[in-house]
Amino acid sequence: MARDLEEYLRPGINSTPFCPGCGHGILMNLILRAIDECKISMNDMLFVSGIGCAAWIPSPHFNADTLHTLHGRAIAFATGAKMFNPKLNAMVISGDGDLTSIGGNHLIHAARRNMDLTVICANNMIYGMTGGQVASTSPLGALTSTSMDGNIYRPFDLCKLVLGAGAPYVARYSITQPLLLVSAIKKSLSTPGFTFIEALSPCPTQFGRRNRYDSPADMLKTLAERCISKEEAGNLSEDELKDTIVTGEFRIE
Amino acid sequence: MSFRVIDSTFPAGHYYFSGNEAVAEGAIAARCRYYAGYPITPSSEIMERISVRFKDLHGVFMQMEDEIASICSVIGAVWAGAKAMTATSGPGFSLMQEGIGYAALTETPLVIVDIQRAGPGTGQATRVASGDLMQAKWGSHGDYYVIALSPWSVQEMYDQTINAFNLAEQYRVPVFIMGEEAIGHLRERIEVKATLRVFNREKKKGASPFGTKKDDGIPPMPSFGEGEKLLVTGSTHNEMGIRKTDDPEVHSRLVNRINKKILNNRESIIQTDSYYLKDAEVIIVSYGFTARSALFAVEQLRKEGKKVGLVRLKTIWPFADEIIHDIGQRAKMIFVPEMNKGQIIGEVMKYASCEVIPYNQTNGEIIHPHRIINEVRRLI
Repeated sequence: MARDLEEYLRPGINSTPFCPGCGHGILMNLILRAIDECKISMNDMLFVSGIGCAAWIPSPHFNADTLHTLHGRAIAFATGAKMFNPKLNAMVISGDGDLTSIGGNHLIHAARRNMDLTVICANNMIYGMTGGQVASTSPLGALTSTSMDGNIYRPFDLCKLVLGAGAPYVARYSITQPLLLVSAIKKSLSTPGFTFIEALSPCPTQFGRRNRYDSPADMLKTLAERCISKEEAGNLSEDELKDTIVTGEFRIE
Repeated sequence: MSFRVIDSTFPAGHYYFSGNEAVAEGAIAARCRYYAGYPITPSSEIMERISVRFKDLHGVFMQMEDEIASICSVIGAVWAGAKAMTATSGPGFSLMQEGIGYAALTETPLVIVDIQRAGPGTGQATRVASGDLMQAKWGSHGDYYVIALSPWSVQEMYDQTINAFNLAEQYRVPVFIMGEEAIGHLRERIEVKATLRVFNREKKKGASPFGTKKDDGIPPMPSFGEGEKLLVTGSTHNEMGIRKTDDPEVHSRLVNRINKKILNNRESIIQTDSYYLKDAEVIIVSYGFTARSALFAVEQLRKEGKKVGLVRLKTIWPFADEIIHDIGQRAKMIFVPEMNKGQIIGEVMKYASCEVIPYNQTNGEIIHPHRIINEVRRLI
């Protein structure tokens, strides 16, 4: 991480726990960069996370109030804190399994209530910390420790889910699109109400090695190639869209 | 100690409240200003009253999507500085258990009201029971300690709700009010006093929020937004909140302290009432609504010349081990009537050296005094 962001890190916490090639370290950098560019004081920030690898992005690394909660419940904890003290700038950072599977109910209801939270979902399409089990976001056919013959269930389109529940700002970018991701996080920080960013972040340890990626770099390269803008997607046929991931801002109110 | 005397939120005087309404007013008087809940019979009147009363008091009321979200948002609000509570009944209490364990480990003061109904499962939603007492102690995984109170009147629903907030703040622990359907829906005259004593959590800038020098201490508790850069986690943590998930010393120290801070203070926490103990040969140990029937029964039996006494447990957890030990040495037998299959009797048997006789009723109805009278007549 660039030295100029060091003041955002908790003194004494010198390393991240993430595997080599994990995207979460890049995401950590991008979140802090967005906060820095928005000139928000870390004294006003409250970071709430659930359980899983992504929940460790803010806790204990960010030098601010952090609340590391139960599996799936980060948004419910954040709701209580934000409702009682609206001055807190509450950001939820957690993984796809945490926020959209075990915590799916809280996600849609916070979006329905337009709760003033920024939610960043680090989507690695698998349960990383527990050993690579299939997730509600795993692609069809994905090989995981609980779908050895390939995932037979369709994944959630998280952005559509949250849009459907009424969030005023929803975006999807991959950590291979760092500038766009920073800009989206900045927008979500300055947009009142419930804002949701799906940040695609590769998991070479659990997803990559089972799904025949030669190296973390290979996985990043493939992710970058698959991510297309929603404008590009508009010109493609359903067949051409098959292996792509459509990125962009899906609603700005 | 930081007890303060404050004004009541309701004009002093006598009121005719249901137990559930009294809980809401007690919470408001104790300056609870965050409530999250989910509708469930027979506790919903608490939430309904709070939702109306909070409007003029700048309180925050949230009807959440389920009981899991309710307890979690309460914990979030407490760390943002609130005195906060939720209320529920059996099925909702079950859903809250993971959050309760989180609150115990993070030493989050909060109040949970369980208006008990007939279980297990959905059971009989509108009928009475006291089947959740062991769940209150053992419901979440791992070793932790909580405080659980058992009010027997509408007056106590009010008073013990205030006491529950004080205990929660004093010991940084979840406190349960183990009401029963019959007391939640009973209407009685209660007295509201002009002032009340409240305990507000202790704060000390820069102090470690999760550790004390003493092995049974209660650390000061800062809030979010105070510049303390708090680290709150439900994983094992050191005194500054840093996760220590494979350090045996840190884990045993933390788990020991959150148990000892309650157990070592049990003499000041536990409340009991005693009636006619002096020459009693048979002593009834009772709590909650059943204790009303038990006292009526004791008074009838005394008129017949029977040497019967009563110990009423106002606090269920921590358990009143000393008084039970004491009466166990003096009485011929102890009689324990319960609206469950025998929960507190197990605790009584642990500490009493005399014979302990159960009376269990799980038909969704209160235990009528004549049943206790008949049973005790047979024993003497």
